[in-house]
Amino acid sequence: MPHRKVGFGLSSIGHAVVNGVSRLGFASRFFLVTLVSSGASFRRIHLTIREIYFTGVMSLIIILVSGLFVGMVLGLQGYETLQKYGSESALGSLVALSLVRELGPVLAALLFASRAGSAITAEIGLMKATEQLSAMEMMAVDPISRVVAPRFWAGVISMPLLAAMFSAIGVFGGYLVGVVFIGVDEGSFWSQMQAAVDFRQDIVNGVIKSVVFGIAVTAIALFEGYDAPPTAEGVSHATTRTVVTSALVVLGLDFILTVFMFRGV
Amino acid sequence: MPAENLVEISDLNFTYGKRPILKGINMKIPRGKLVAIMGLSGCGKTTTLRLIGGAIKPTTGSVRVAGKEVGELDTEDLYKMRRKMGMLFQFGALFTDLSVYENVAFQMREHTDLPETVIRDLVMMKLHAVGLLGAHKLMPSELSGGMARRVALARAIALDPMLMMYDEPFAGLDPISLSVIGNLIRRLNDALGATSILVTHDIQESLKIVDYVYFMADGVVVAEGSAEDIKASKLPFVHQFVWGEIDGPVSFHYPSPPYRKDLLLEPQNSYAA
Repeated sequence: MPHRKVGFGLSSIGHAVVNGVSRLGFASRFFLVTLVSSGASFRRIHLTIREIYFTGVMSLIIILVSGLFVGMVLGLQGYETLQKYGSESALGSLVALSLVRELGPVLAALLFASRAGSAITAEIGLMKATEQLSAMEMMAVDPISRVVAPRFWAGVISMPLLAAMFSAIGVFGGYLVGVVFIGVDEGSFWSQMQAAVDFRQDIVNGVIKSVVFGIAVTAIALFEGYDAPPTAEGVSHATTRTVVTSALVVLGLDFILTVFMFRGV
Repeated sequence: MPAENLVEISDLNFTYGKRPILKGINMKIPRGKLVAIMGLSGCGKTTTLRLIGGAIKPTTGSVRVAGKEVGELDTEDLYKMRRKMGMLFQFGALFTDLSVYENVAFQMREHTDLPETVIRDLVMMKLHAVGLLGAHKLMPSELSGGMARRVALARAIALDPMLMMYDEPFAGLDPISLSVIGNLIRRLNDALGATSILVTHDIQESLKIVDYVYFMADGVVVAEGSAEDIKASKLPFVHQFVWGEIDGPVSFHYPSPPYRKDLLLEPQNSYAA
């Protein structure tokens, strides 16, 4: 009897591994086909612009409000710590570096995955469940080129812009709390920030991170929607998987990118 | 001179994994005719339609449309062929983010460079044909089931296809909508000079409009003939299906152990585990 249980356990693990590898292969192929089918997204730019509105513009509220509060908390906590060492004038650089290097791209990506990623998965999954994608194929229109690719590029374009706005409004939040409410010197707040933040090292690297996160989150959201079983339960699970997988992938990628970008700085 | 039959299916087999769905079926769909494929749910009707549309490939056998072997076409040629096909899905499959007008104009925008004024005239003409000229500004969420089916029909005939395929077009419709859709299918087939394949299990409505019927059961064609032949058929399965009888070769019960045996089982042997 124990032998049977061990055998069953091993076969379950093997089955899960084979499924996982096969799904990863399908996802890679899906990603490549999306890239190859991207021509129409630029030739018929209105398709991509429409999706930028839905994924980018419609995410602005959550990004701006979250950015403002994150900046305000950073300003408050940063001031509490820095004043112990008499360095409250460095508040501006602390807020800006934290946001531009890490919090801006990472938190914006997590919020983007929750707001736009889940919406993309649910939309594509429901299009599949209601046979809209099959109808498109029967009309000799490739759904990857017409539906998937414009959403992919919209996500890739929107993500760095949203991260930049998150960081900008966060800096403003830090300024509000640090300078306006607590009374840190305004001149040192801005001048320390200007001196500490390097364009190439900090801003460009932050933008690179957000582009990578944009590619990852949008590709995951599209794949999960396209691969979702065409049922209510299937779409619901796919939407959950998009948010969970995106969060883990963003945090993992952030660590890897940070190791390469900021090692020894 | 074009062949007499637009669609020819010979010795077609199709399996999902190890489960056989179609077992050596043969069909001929003549040009200009409206042919129904009927049978119980799960008998392979929709699979046959998907094979004709090239959505799946035969395991063995042949599906020829306009003389071309569908399973052997590459993606480009398959898409070229599909531009000459129209398909009405079971629940319409309208694009929910586009208005009625944009749904009907979809293929024209995707496959032609027609100016907007011409597209507008064509869309209005198609909507007029299905009696929904006044609904062009509505969104799919604002349509009833019957209206959605008619818009989908207008979209399917947008490029005047040579072959129309209808997958359960009567499902879930009220009697009036059902009659309207049935009449439209017949009238559009004749007006467009198209060939139509109607997959359905709505026997009464479809026998009023079709030229020929293939009857399928368990992946094989069990009967064929005109509507009158089918109505008069003495085959037990066809008779039960046409007249909606409870008793016949199709059992009411899903296969299971005898009920008596089930009742007499000890609880720990059956459910407790």
